[in-house]
Amino acid sequence: MSQRTAFLSPSADPITGGRTLLRLATAGSVDDGKSTLVGRLLFDTDSVFVDTLDHVEQVSKRKGLDRTDLALFTDGLRAEREQGITIDVAYRYFATPARKFILADCPGHLQYTRNTVTGSSTADVIVLLVDARKGVVEQTRRHLAVASLLRVPHVVLVVNKIDLVDYSEDVFTAVATDFALLSRSLGVLDTHCIPVSATEGDNVVTRSQRTPWYDGPTVLGYLENVDDTRLAVGSDLRLPVQHVVRPQSATPAPWAARAPQVNGDYRGYAGKIESGRVRPGDEVVVLPRGSHAIVEAIDTPDGPLDLAVAGQSVVIRLSTDIDVSRGDILAATDAPPAPVRDLTATVCWLAERELTAGARVLVQHGTSITKAVVRSIEGALDLDFEAGTVPCWRPTSSLTLNDIGRVRLALASPVPVDSYREHRATGAFILVDDTNGWTLGAGLAGSTPLTAMPAFIPRSNSHHPAQQGKPS
Amino acid sequence: MTAAQLRPLSELQALESESIHIIREVAATFTSPIMLFSGGKDSVVMLHLAAKAFWPAPIPFGVLHVDTGHNFPEVLQFRDEAVEFYGAALKIAAVQDYIDDGRLRERPDGTRNPLQTVPLLDAITEGRHDGVFGGGRRDEERARAKERVFSTRDEFGQWEPRNQRPELWSLYNGRHLPGEHVRIFPLSNWTELDVWDYIAAEKINVPTIYYAHERQVALRDGMWIAITDVTPALAGEVVEVRSVRYRTVGDKSCTAAVLSAANTVHDVINEVGLSQLTERGATRADDRLSEAAMEDRKREGYF
Repeated sequence: MSQRTAFLSPSADPITGGRTLLRLATAGSVDDGKSTLVGRLLFDTDSVFVDTLDHVEQVSKRKGLDRTDLALFTDGLRAEREQGITIDVAYRYFATPARKFILADCPGHLQYTRNTVTGSSTADVIVLLVDARKGVVEQTRRHLAVASLLRVPHVVLVVNKIDLVDYSEDVFTAVATDFALLSRSLGVLDTHCIPVSATEGDNVVTRSQRTPWYDGPTVLGYLENVDDTRLAVGSDLRLPVQHVVRPQSATPAPWAARAPQVNGDYRGYAGKIESGRVRPGDEVVVLPRGSHAIVEAIDTPDGPLDLAVAGQSVVIRLSTDIDVSRGDILAATDAPPAPVRDLTATVCWLAERELTAGARVLVQHGTSITKAVVRSIEGALDLDFEAGTVPCWRPTSSLTLNDIGRVRLALASPVPVDSYREHRATGAFILVDDTNGWTLGAGLAGSTPLTAMPAFIPRSNSHHPAQQGKPS
Repeated sequence: MTAAQLRPLSELQALESESIHIIREVAATFTSPIMLFSGGKDSVVMLHLAAKAFWPAPIPFGVLHVDTGHNFPEVLQFRDEAVEFYGAALKIAAVQDYIDDGRLRERPDGTRNPLQTVPLLDAITEGRHDGVFGGGRRDEERARAKERVFSTRDEFGQWEPRNQRPELWSLYNGRHLPGEHVRIFPLSNWTELDVWDYIAAEKINVPTIYYAHERQVALRDGMWIAITDVTPALAGEVVEVRSVRYRTVGDKSCTAAVLSAANTVHDVINEVGLSQLTERGATRADDRLSEAAMEDRKREGYF
C-alpha cells in the first residue's frame, strides 16, 4: 500500500485544481465477473483497507476457497451475503492522481432495467462486461440499448475471462466486431473494447504480458484518460432555479465575514448550472414565462465569478427586476426549449403498478413539479432482440415494471422540456406517484436514438391499436 | 475561483456543488427540515456547506444534537462555538434525560451509541421534522454504500434497503406520506480524504481531538481507549500517556483513538491517505458488535 501517497490530491490549489470527478456505472449479466472486476479495481488502486481485506480473507477461507474472492469486497447487505446475490445499486469510490471515480455498481439479474437506468442516468462511462466464452449475449444487447437511450457518452466493453479462452486474439476480435456492429446499430456514441481477466488481473490496472496482440489501454488507463471536456462545456445554458435568495435585514453570522458583503435589498436566484455556461452581461430567458433579462453578476460566497459552467452551484443576479421563482429555468436565448403541455417521451417504468392511459401522475422536471395525465401509451420497446437486428416497438396499452415505452402526457401547465438527446439534465424528468410519493418512472423527452428504430409509428391521438407496431 | 474556466470542475468543486444543490433542494421542498450536528468533522463540513448554500441569507433551518451524555468536553465546546459561528439554532436531545426518567436503561456494556435512536426519533416527531440531514458517507461502511441521497423512513424511522426508490439524474424526490420522514445525506459521495481535503481548502475548524494530543489511554481489544470517567481502566490494564488523535467523534464509551503525531490538517491528510484501516473499522467499537451492526442500527432508525 506504499504507493497510496501517490493518490493524494495535490495540495497546491485543492478547490479548482487537482483531479476531476468521473461517474461510472457497471452492467453485465450474472456470471460475467462484475463483482470480481470491481473488487480488482478497488484492490489494485489501493482503495481497499486492511480491515476490509481481513474480513474478505476470513470469509473466503470460511467458504473453502483457496484464494481471496475479490467479489467479496463489494459484498453489501446481510440478505445478499446469505443468498449470494446483489439486491440494489451500490456506490463505490476509488481514485488515482488524475481522477476520482464514483462507480454505481448495478446488479445484473434482478430488476436489470431499473438498476441500469438508475446507474446510467448519471454515468459518464458505462463499464459493460461480457464473458469471452459467450461473447455478446441478450443481456449485453439490452444493457447497450439502455445505455444508448440514456445517452451515456462512453461505453467500454470489458471482454472478461480472457484467460479461459487462452488469451485468444481471435476470440477477442470476434466479440469486438459483434459489439461494434451492435453499437453502431443502436447509435451508441463512443465505445472501446478491452481483453481482461479480472480474476488474474490482466489489463484491469496492470498491462498484461499475456495479450501482446492488444495495444490499447487497461481498464483503469481507459477510465483515467477518457475525454471529459465535453462535460465541462456542454451545450447552451440551463439553470433550474432552486430558490430565491433574499437576506433582507437578517444579521449575518460571524462566518459571513469571510464572504462578500451585500445590501439589504439583495435578490438572487440560486441553482446548479445543468448545462452550458454563463457570464455577466449574457442575456437569458426565464422559462416558462419567456421574459428576458441580462445577467448582472454570478455570486458565490467565495467571490463573484466572471464565468460559471455546468455543474457549478451559484447565485445569479439579474439586471432587471422581473418575476422569477423556484421551478423556473434560466436559459440561453439561443434555441431555448419551448414550454409544452403536450409531452411525448420515452418512459422507463420502474414501479410494480402498471401504467395505463388515464393515469394521473406528477412530473418532476428541473425544480418544478407539475400534475399530468397519461394521454396514451404508444408502444413498448422489445429489448429481446436478436443479434443482427435492433429493438422493435410492440403495441401495448400498458407498461409494467422494467418496460420501456413511448408515452404521451398532458401537463397541467406548460413545462420547458428539452429534447433528451441534446440536454441530458433538462430533457429528463421523473414520474412520481401523487398519493404515496414513490418514483414511478424515468422520462426522456423527445426523440431518442431508439425511437428511430423500425416499426415505430408515432400514433396520433386516435385509438387504433391495430395500426401500432407495423413496419413503416 | 474567478479565473475563466473551461475545464471540468475539480473533484472538490464538483462535490461541493452537488452537496449545495442537495441542501437547497431540501430547504425548498420540505416543511421543517433539520440538520443533525454532532460537532464531528462530517457534520461541521455539512454545516459549512449549508452556510455557503444560502449565503448571503442565513441557514433557514436548525441543527439537532443527540447528546449521549458521554461526549468529550472539547467536542461539546466546539459544537457550541460552531453553531454560533455559522448562525444556526441548536436543539439538544439528551440520552441522559431518558435514562434519568427511566425511558431508557444503560446497556450492560456501557455504550450509549445504540441508545441515541429513541431520543432522535422523538425529537424528529416532536419537531415535526419531515427532512433530516445526516452526515453519512457511502464509503464509510458496507450498508451505507446502498443508501440513497434522499432516503425515506417509515413512521418508526426504519430503513428498508429492499424497498428504496430509484434515484435518477439529480432529480431528488422528497415526497413522503404523513408520519414518514426523509433522511438526506448531502455528503453521500465524499470519502474521508475528500472531507479532510475540503477542511484544509476551506480552512474549516474541527474539534481539537482530531489532531494529535497527549492522553491517558489503554490498549483494549486492539484499540486505544481513552481513560475517562465513563471508561475507567480495567483491572490489570496498563495505562499509558500516548500521542493520539481521533478519526471519528462518537462518545467516550465507543470511540477509540489512534496513535498519531499529526497535529496539522496537512499531517492528517497525509496520515489518512496512508492509512490502512477504514475509519470505522479502526475506531468504532459500536460497529464491531456484529458483522451487520451498522445495517441493523440503520434499519432501526439510527443516523
